[in-house]
Amino acid sequence: MTDSRRIIIVGAGHNGLVCAAYLARAGREVLVLEAADQVGGAAVTREFAPGFRVSACAHLLYLLDAGISRELELSAHGLKLARGSLRTVALAAAGEHLVLGAGKVEAGPLGAADRAALGEFHTRMQRFAGVLAKQHNRRPPRIAGGGSGELFAAALLGFDIRRLGRDDMREFLRIAGTNIFDILYESFESPQLKGALALDAVLGTNLGPRSNNSVLTLLHRLSGNVAPGLPVGGMGAVTAALAAAAAKAGVTVRTGSPVARITLEGDRVSGVELESGEMLAAGTVVSNADPVRTLLTLVGARNLEAGFAQRVHHLRARGTAAKLHLALDRMPDFTRLAAEYAGERLVIAPDPLYVEQAFNPSKYGQSSTEPVLEITIPTVHDASLAPAGKHVLSAVVQYAPYIPGTGAGADARRSEFLDRVLNVLERYSPALRQRIVAAELLMPADLEREFRLTGGHWHHGELALDQFLMLRPVPGAAQYAMPIGGLYLCGAGCHPGGGVMGSAGANAARAVLATGGGA
Amino acid sequence: MKQDMTHKEHFRTAVYQTPFHPRTSALNVLNVWHRWKDYTVSDAYFDTPLEYAAIRNACAVFDLTPMTKHRITGPDALAFLNRLVTRDVAKIKPGRVGYCVWCDDNGQVIDDGTIFHLREGDYRLCSQERQLDWLSRSALGFDVSIVEDTHDVACLAFQGPTTCAVLKKMGLAGVEKLTPFGIGYFPFAGVELMVSRTGFTGDLGYELWIDPSRAVALWDALFAAGADYGIRPMGTHALEVSRIEAGFVQAGMDFLPADSAVRVDRTRSPFELDLGRLVDFSKPNFTGRRALLEEQKNGSRYRLVKLDIAGNKLAKAAYIYDRNDSSKKVVGTVTSAVWSPAAKANIALATLHMPAGLPGDELWAEIYYQRELQWAKVMARCRVVEGAFFDPPRRRANPPADF
Repeated sequence: MTDSRRIIIVGAGHNGLVCAAYLARAGREVLVLEAADQVGGAAVTREFAPGFRVSACAHLLYLLDAGISRELELSAHGLKLARGSLRTVALAAAGEHLVLGAGKVEAGPLGAADRAALGEFHTRMQRFAGVLAKQHNRRPPRIAGGGSGELFAAALLGFDIRRLGRDDMREFLRIAGTNIFDILYESFESPQLKGALALDAVLGTNLGPRSNNSVLTLLHRLSGNVAPGLPVGGMGAVTAALAAAAAKAGVTVRTGSPVARITLEGDRVSGVELESGEMLAAGTVVSNADPVRTLLTLVGARNLEAGFAQRVHHLRARGTAAKLHLALDRMPDFTRLAAEYAGERLVIAPDPLYVEQAFNPSKYGQSSTEPVLEITIPTVHDASLAPAGKHVLSAVVQYAPYIPGTGAGADARRSEFLDRVLNVLERYSPALRQRIVAAELLMPADLEREFRLTGGHWHHGELALDQFLMLRPVPGAAQYAMPIGGLYLCGAGCHPGGGVMGSAGANAARAVLATGGGA
Repeated sequence: MKQDMTHKEHFRTAVYQTPFHPRTSALNVLNVWHRWKDYTVSDAYFDTPLEYAAIRNACAVFDLTPMTKHRITGPDALAFLNRLVTRDVAKIKPGRVGYCVWCDDNGQVIDDGTIFHLREGDYRLCSQERQLDWLSRSALGFDVSIVEDTHDVACLAFQGPTTCAVLKKMGLAGVEKLTPFGIGYFPFAGVELMVSRTGFTGDLGYELWIDPSRAVALWDALFAAGADYGIRPMGTHALEVSRIEAGFVQAGMDFLPADSAVRVDRTRSPFELDLGRLVDFSKPNFTGRRALLEEQKNGSRYRLVKLDIAGNKLAKAAYIYDRNDSSKKVVGTVTSAVWSPAAKANIALATLHMPAGLPGDELWAEIYYQRELQWAKVMARCRVVEGAFFDPPRRRANPPADF
């Protein structure tokens, strides 16, 4: 094979690996270059204290596309859930915890009206999320300049919405762009229930419950139609299985090979240059890096047309989610929480107003004084992650605004926020501090550095109507092919977006194949 | 690239006077003025036909100060300009000027203008419209400094067959060595006077660039030296006649700047303005390149043509038909029209829908005109003209002839 037929994939995150596997299965020569020393990107398990391992960025699996999982035979390649269908426990400081299963309450204080409303709410939101789910494995339609195929694709989307039926369609169109806060207040009484649902809507986003688009983000979260699960060995096991599937398909993966830039010849890609200076030729380059990093750093704004470069420059990708890892010498106690629930998904979001107030300071560059948390203790289900009898607590913590930079200022912000987070945690789990062997808090700037996520944004760019479907990542580049010959995007910055899904990678592979890349 | 605008006080002045105002106002016996990019300038000084006659038969001075000017410097100045405009700026050597257009991503013309390569890596970009916003946004990823210095440079257009002789008489030694689109520097009143052999009249002519503090001195020196050479001031009306004769397009007249258009079919590509020669696809990237490649492959929507129209009725804003029948489909519209004294012809620039407008095509203009307040209509036969309506050899003569 000549170099021009080689396809280089920049980044071995889950989408990069999915894309690589599909391309190799179609007979293409694929080389994946990963900057880190192990594959996985933001779906990775690593040690954070001697003997303690944790899913270092994403920590729950709930969106992985079932078709991809089946086609790439991920279970045969070692992917196994330590625990599926996690329930959500809305923690209450006084111990009146609310345990939520899919659309129902399993334990805890909730009035009859709320119980009924919850079922309805869940059913309706799942139906709406189903509209999004149908789009996951489709290339979004081009809204201008397309032919009849594009019109057909746009019509399909419209048809999926229309098929909800008149009342649901109206409701879908009414709420799709609005905020979860109002919707929750229309539906429920219990602040505890509303708080937990509000948290679901804003996790990993730069939104508060009162921000527009927070219904859309909830629907996106629900569009996998799977309750969150914990893979054996952490999220790294997902990407390890993908890597094994890719290897079996004939993909070559090189870790420890950070790409410095994507090289161009004329108006086409010609390969990549590694940070080591090594040049690798390829006729097709597919980037699993985020759109801003790919286009403005690896390609360079000057190699793009000015309007397009501006659109990428203005892509909103400012992370507010931090990641907390605690190594614990024994299982923590949460006030009056039954042992059977300690391994569930624990959330601290007692009230939507609490969540909104946690969000407020981040708008002005400050971290929350009272943060919200999504907590898992994976070692309850998977002892392999910690020394015997010891535990790992993993939590997504909001809100810590993205403030670039390292050094004393960043360290002070981090330790101040850690202190606040532990203060909040101890309200629910008194004396937690005494059990901590080691603690790690990754602020958005840390996530940006470790996982090469622009702005420390987990989803490679905010999920919002203006950066969604045919507008993701930016208008004019939503069909995976970038406006440079031979260059594609395949990561969460593309449709259908963030969460460990793999759909973007699979769609990108189809786009590469459709345009003859690597052939 | 960020620019600190907080110290600017320009908004406190509603309308500026140019540094030449003490002289232009004294000569403006008609006292007609209009506002051009925040400056007040003369439409005409004493008589438009005579001012025009000075352009073609002697020499005429036009106050060009309000023209938007930018100074573009820095390590990436060339790379920045090359990504901005459609032509290859690397071919504009130091001391040379190039006409250019720039487009949006859709390949639609935002503006046209001239790039002056003043000295190695030091550029001036003149534009018809204000461009600082687009230039600044285009600068993402470039190490380049962009300063709009319209107010800091006084400028005169000096056009006509006797201009070279006058400049020589003024003491600009060697000015005759400037070839078209060349730049020269001359000491004047203790500062540097820049002279470029450029203009908007399609005639022999120069543009003079100087620090505003020496503007009046320059005006006086020019008029003193030109006294025996028929020097006259000219206003925008006379200039307009000559630029149409030269076949030059004007933003806002012959095309709508793409960044001010709302309707998608109102903008024009360089090909559609008959400026395809300015598009250089051998450059790997410039804004609009992909769209223009597509257009080259799929064909353009419009064609800009020069029309010689029968009769003497001005074809201003006339509809164009492909037969002598105004009940049929309109194939285009006149964008600029004037009686050309030099060509002795009724001329116009028009935009036609493709494929109309090839030389030899049958075209008719539907012209409405007024006679003592009563409207009348005539269908006038049009002929597509190739090249400028008026293109005297003296425009390119080296050295220019003496008088």
